[in-house]
Amino acid sequence: MTLFIEQCLNGLQFGLLLFLLAAGLTLVFGIMDLVNLAHGSLYMIGAYFAATFAAWTGSFVLGAILALGATLLVGMAVEVIAMRKLYGRDHLDHVLATFGLILFFDESVRLIWGPAGLSLPLPSWLQTPITILPGIQYSAYRLAIIVVSVAVAAALYFIVMRTRLGMLIRAGASNREMIGALGINIKLLFTLVFGLGAALAGLAGLMQAPILTVQIGMGENILILAFVVIVIGGIGSIRGAFISAVLVGFIDTLGRSYFPDLLRLVLDRNTAATAAPALSSMLIYIIMAAILVVRPEGLFPASRR
Amino acid sequence: MIRKLNLRAVVIATLLAALLLLPLYTSLTGDRFALTLFTRIVILALAAVSLNLALGYGGMVSFGHAAFLGIGGYAVGILSYEGVGSGFVQWPIALGASALFALVIGALSLRTRGVYFIMIPLAFAQMAYYIASGLARYGGDDGLTLQNRSSFAGLINPSNKVQFYYLCLALLLGSIYLVWRLTNSRFGLAVQGARSNDTRMRAIGFPTYRYKLACFVISGTLCGLAGILLANNTDFVSPAIMFWTRSGDLIVMVVLGGMGSLFGPLFGAVALLFLEEALSRITEYWQILLGPLLLLVVLFARGGIDGLLKGARRG
Repeated sequence: MTLFIEQCLNGLQFGLLLFLLAAGLTLVFGIMDLVNLAHGSLYMIGAYFAATFAAWTGSFVLGAILALGATLLVGMAVEVIAMRKLYGRDHLDHVLATFGLILFFDESVRLIWGPAGLSLPLPSWLQTPITILPGIQYSAYRLAIIVVSVAVAAALYFIVMRTRLGMLIRAGASNREMIGALGINIKLLFTLVFGLGAALAGLAGLMQAPILTVQIGMGENILILAFVVIVIGGIGSIRGAFISAVLVGFIDTLGRSYFPDLLRLVLDRNTAATAAPALSSMLIYIIMAAILVVRPEGLFPASRR
Repeated sequence: MIRKLNLRAVVIATLLAALLLLPLYTSLTGDRFALTLFTRIVILALAAVSLNLALGYGGMVSFGHAAFLGIGGYAVGILSYEGVGSGFVQWPIALGASALFALVIGALSLRTRGVYFIMIPLAFAQMAYYIASGLARYGGDDGLTLQNRSSFAGLINPSNKVQFYYLCLALLLGSIYLVWRLTNSRFGLAVQGARSNDTRMRAIGFPTYRYKLACFVISGTLCGLAGILLANNTDFVSPAIMFWTRSGDLIVMVVLGGMGSLFGPLFGAVALLFLEEALSRITEYWQILLGPLLLLVVLFARGGIDGLLKGARRG
């Protein structure tokens, strides 16, 4: 039972992390109609910045804040230098150009930080487990990730639904030309949105960094999961991204820990042991396929233009 | 139609002649490396030709074609591991498996449109990658070494480098011919029509879903063939063969060479692999140059190499 609760929390934590990544992707797609494969690179860069700044300032929190700002700036620079020229182009162009950016970022990181991974040590107050229920302890750091992610999701909801900037973002998503014609500086708006997406990706990266090592290519595997999330949730929908991210997080985490046991009930021990790793990694994709059969536009399709 | 002698025709003829005469050159100079490099180029060009059928002619941006390389390769590897060495058994099974996978992925992703189509093959290719990594019996992450190359009962010997090179080249030229025949047939024109305007094609009575699906399956099967050759060429198959950056490389080849042109993928494969060789001599960090170069190609040279040879055809 303890293990089950712990795995559920792990699933929630992973799901929320995926949401941070998927929110940026879906925001950028919904508003700029831009497919950004290099989103995973921003996730990686966030983690590298955090590891560097934390070592430099000696404080995890300060390092994380500086890294967020730096990732935001990198995101805005990428938008101004490269992405801006891609709006209105074919999606294939986006795929290719951002694939080029991935190569560039991966190699730049190798050049600057070297091929070996970095680690981001946690401060001691985040290392001690916390008693969440009588008799059940849980990692303080993972709990902190959950709290921060939920807060960021709430803030994002507030910004998008309740502020003037959010109103412009929603207006931009439904009719770009029109808000440009109304005198809104659409270039600046796009740069801001891209920067925001980059910062969200960077936040996800730096929060994941202490759990895994900071290494080149760390953003690429999770990026594909984030794609699965937004395909399931409906591209362009932040609400859909949130629900499907949590869903994917749960299914993936619980699937990996309990699927082998379930398999053992049907198959003999050896077959189950060999098939389980392959099958449990398939789980999430099979669910995606099933959802696409029923709802090709995802669970919460953003309203058509 | 008789074409005038133009730059493009000259380049194609020179390239084909060079490819045909390459083994002669290597046997004269004893340059084993060139033969290995070119076998690889020819195989990847075959994969690019297959992707071009879906991407260039069908307008289906499949970011998961490396999965077919992996399926073709693993089918050969697994059968060989289990003691089935005959190419007459291995190859049809490998092709069938690729076709089946293409059918399933295509059927799912073609239900959706636009940007979904990019992500779904990508996700399934990643799934295939994880499955291969989980196959403990067949080496898991480390991959599987082929004890023997596919045997063809003395008809042709894939272990002989020159014979294998010519086999690959023949299959490449055969598939270019196939693509040429396909794209000029009623089927191919319908697929290209659907790329330009799907709604209109359906309105005049073409079930475009089935046409595009058939196109995707042919493309996937051809790519599976490239996978078979790739596994035989390296005597090794590992999950890395279907990592998603490999799918990206294939798209780069197609676009670099010129989308929707018959010889474009061949140009692209030659150019990309030569570029890799050349840039990696300049610096160890050659991808730092390749990345921005790709960006520039996307921004300023949409027609790729074929477009440049044809003269300015801006997209």
